[in-house]
Formats: sequence, structure tokens, C-alpha cells
Amino acid sequence: MRYVIIGNSVAACGCIEAIRKVDLQNPIIVISDEKYRVYSRPLISYYLAGKVDESKMYIRDEDYYEKNKVEPILGEKAISVDFKNKEVVLDDNSKVKYDKLLIATGGKPFVPPTKGFELKNVFTFIKFDDVKAIDEAIKNGAKKAVVIGAGLSGLKAAEALIKRGLEVTVVELANRILGSILDLEASKIVQDEIEKHGIVFKLETSVDEIIGDGKVEKVRLKNGEVLDSDIVVFAIGVVPNIDFLKGTELKINRGIVVDEHMRTNIEDVYAAGDCAEGYDFVFEQQRVIPIWPNAYNQGETAGYNMAGVEKTFDRGFPMNSIGFFDVHMITAGIVVPNSDDIEVLVKHDKEKNAYRKIYVKNGRVLGFMFINSIDRAGMITNMIKEGLNVESIKHRLLDDDFGYLDLPKELRQEKILGGAKA
Amino acid sequence: MAKKIFPKEEVCVGCHLCEVYCVYAHSKYKKPTPKAHELIKLYNKYKDSKPTPRILVEEKSGEWTTFALQCRHCDDAPCTKACITGAMKKLEDGRVICDEEKCVGCWSCIMACPHGAVRRGENKKAASKCDLCLELGEPACVKNCPNEALVIKEV
Repeated sequence: MRYVIIGNSVAACGCIEAIRKVDLQNPIIVISDEKYRVYSRPLISYYLAGKVDESKMYIRDEDYYEKNKVEPILGEKAISVDFKNKEVVLDDNSKVKYDKLLIATGGKPFVPPTKGFELKNVFTFIKFDDVKAIDEAIKNGAKKAVVIGAGLSGLKAAEALIKRGLEVTVVELANRILGSILDLEASKIVQDEIEKHGIVFKLETSVDEIIGDGKVEKVRLKNGEVLDSDIVVFAIGVVPNIDFLKGTELKINRGIVVDEHMRTNIEDVYAAGDCAEGYDFVFEQQRVIPIWPNAYNQGETAGYNMAGVEKTFDRGFPMNSIGFFDVHMITAGIVVPNSDDIEVLVKHDKEKNAYRKIYVKNGRVLGFMFINSIDRAGMITNMIKEGLNVESIKHRLLDDDFGYLDLPKELRQEKILGGAKA
Repeated sequence: MAKKIFPKEEVCVGCHLCEVYCVYAHSKYKKPTPKAHELIKLYNKYKDSKPTPRILVEEKSGEWTTFALQCRHCDDAPCTKACITGAMKKLEDGRVICDEEKCVGCWSCIMACPHGAVRRGENKKAASKCDLCLELGEPACVKNCPNEALVIKEV
């Protein structure tokens, strides 16, 4: 038995760790086009800001591969998969045989066709090498930056760049920032805070052309404005990194379609993480959920099943915890409801700039946005996951001292003691 | 077999001493039982803010019930799966610990912990959580609870 994983991020970790819980012997081969051992992509903005150094980018110990009997093939790209002969083909045309395959290739930056994209100092913001290149540009004197996209990664990029002393303008097509995790009202609160740190927003417009002689000098926006700029960072979003599998018999919708075992339509082939399209339990549909815990959980589920232990994962839904400067927020589930029968609970403590909004339908939490009042938020995330009826306690959910004491004694003890007796 | 601390709400009086001993046990003194002058010295360090214990005493106005909750060291520890740095990890002995040097304070663990048992530590820089005081042999909260409202058991 040979396990092969294409991709080397957190979904791969989940897979390796699950396999090794049940199979200590058979080889696991990990293939990645990046030369680094497993590192954290969310940490690239921290690296750029100078908050973590290279040694802290790695999410597992140095002997991780050795300890888990993993053979890493790093710095080599998988260019195709021969599903019939069960082989992964690498860019040097060598072949890697598999018995069970996990495709965990993650996402790749989405960049709309833009004039001037080929100029020097135009970057994307996903990989370690991206921020190393941006760092180099700053060291070479870049002073002004334009970031395209006011989502999670765009704003983390903007935050890092302003901490490095650059002037930063963020351009966003939508009418609000952080559109994937906040509604308009919550987004305003966060935008106000971020603006206090000097980041300038241009909303409801996008980049028309990047102008420069060899390297970036200006950015022209669709609204006609022209901004001076030394660097441009595209951080609009990610799309599944699966181009090399298109046109094969692998079933692909937006991502690689998987069932609750992370199985694809091809026998012995599994997919997990940002390249996979699994079931979203809150939205009740197949979706790509490009978030870290989902990738781990999907990778883990795939790993168990690849090793012959049947496990399912059918409780995926979006959740995010992120901070900019001193504003921290945790959001989960549905953040912009699209039906009228959803009850909205809101509490805004302007003095503390703390905000909690929760959506409830038929007694169940569908989603929430907590800003600057995030302690114990996992209890609410878990309520979404378990579908707990919160009818009797719903107004307490808005209070930052909400806790187990708000639950009926029996339920509380069951959750705390997990069936044991104190 | 993992060890876990269980709270007995029937006998907890909400004295918060577990918090005091927890802070002490995770200070540079690292002993299960403090001497008074050490405690004063330790708490003097926190002039502007209260120190963060790794335990959480739940109480609610208008209710007499209280109990002290700490990390459940879940078998399936969701915090370790949500952690973006690898700081939060499950050890072979069953404990879940946070490498505070590695933690960047993104609070994904707070988002993921179903018990709300992970706290933001001092200056809200890194996650702070129960490590079962393994270096001390016995958790300081259990050892020093005046009413034996906390018990440690293998489960």
C-alpha cells in the first residue's frame, strides 16, 4: 500500500496524522511544488509584518516527516494524474505510483485579466515566496502600495504593509470590506477601526490598468482615479488549484466533488481542503469552504478512509477568526441571511466597540458575527454544529459572559463531564 | 489514558482560589503551594491588569451555582485542528498544550473550542490554557481547592 498526497499544507497534515493513527507501516509520499516543509499560509502576512520569523512559519516540528514515515518530494510539481495506471506524473516526467491518492492542492490566486499585470512589483498573496518577494521590494525602496481586494488576505496584506511603513490603498469591488465574513453593518465597524491606522479604502471600484515602464508606477482604477504606486498586491480571492486535472474523468464542479468520506468519483482517489467541494452543513449544499479547520478535518477524514477506517465529515461550514490591529472578530455560518424568517439578535456596545450579531432560525443558530467580544465564541460555533435549540437562552448569547451556566444543568454536565462522573 | 479535571458544582463555593493558585503555578515560582510573600510579589507584577488564570470560574448574577472550568483535553481537540501556527497541539500523554512562543493570537482556538475553555492570556498576545500542571505532579487548582470541588481522574 502506497499513500500519495499531492499538496503539502494543513489538509495533508490531517491526512498524514489520521493514517498514522491506524497504519504505522505503509509509506506516505507527499508531493509539493513548493520547496518548503509544511508551513502556514495564513502566517505569511505575519512574516511580512515582521511578527514571525522563518522558523515559526512551520506548523509541525522539523522531524515531522521522519517521525511519520513520510517521503516528501518537495519543489516538484505534479502535472497530471494517470488514474488508470494509478500514477502521478511530475514535471520532470517521472512517475509516482499510488494505491490511495489524496488531492490536496489548495487554492490559487484569482487574478482577472489586467493590463500591466506582467510588470515588476506586481504580486499575489498566497505563498511564502510571494511575501519574500514583497519583502525584497520593500527593502529596495517601495513606499506606496495598492492592494486589490478587501477580503481576509487583502486586509492582512494591507495591515502588514502599513506596519512596514508603506502608504496603503485598498481597492474593493464590493460596497464593503470583508464581504465573505461580515454584513454591511459589521463591516462598517471594522472599516472605521482599520482606517484609523491609515489604510485608505476605495470601494465599489476595481483596477483598470497597472501603468509603468518595466515596473509599477501607477494604478488606474475603473472610476478614473490614478494612484501612485510602487507595488501592487492582488488578493481578490482563491479558486481551487485543479487546472492540471481538468478534462480528466475526475468530477469537478467548482472544486473536486467529494462525498462525506472525501471520496471523489474515481476509486481510491480522495480530495480535501481548498481544492475540494464538499457538503456545507449550514448552507445545505455542496460548496468549496476555503478555511483552515475545514481543510484539516477533510484531510483527516480522507486519511482515515484511505487507511481503511470508515469516517465521515458532514459538519463543515465556514468559520473565521481574524484580527486587524486591535480589532478581533470571529464569525461563522451565514452572515448575510437571504430569507425573512430569520431572527436577528444584535448588541452593540459602542463604548467598548464590542458587537455581537446572531442569526436564529427555528430556534437554531445559523450564523454569528462577534467583533471585539470573542471570548468563548467556540460555544456558539459548536451550537451551530450540533443544531442545539437555543430558544430559551437566545438573548443571553449576546452577552460576553455567556457560559455553561446558561444551559440546563443536565446538558451542561454532560458537555463538561463527557459522560464521566465528577 | 488521559487525565482530566472535573468540577463539582454542588460543592464549589466560587472562592476563585483555584485561579490564584493557577496563576502562581504558571509563574516563575512554579510550585504547587505558594508562600504568602511570593504571592504578593507575583500579584504586584500585575498593577494594571489582573493576571489570566488558565481556569475559568463560571458564575452568573442571581444564581448561586458556580464551578471552575478548564480545558477538557478533548480526544478530538478541535483547537489543534484550527490552529494556524501549530502552537496548539495534542501530546502523546493526552494533554493539549499551547506553545505560547509560537502562538500569534489569532484566536482560532477560541473559535473552535466547544467548551469556551481557551483564554486570551496576558496582554492578549497568546492563548492561555490548562496544561494539567504536569511539572508539579498534581494540578495546583485541584491540590488547593478548599472544598475539593475539583478532582483529577483518568478517563
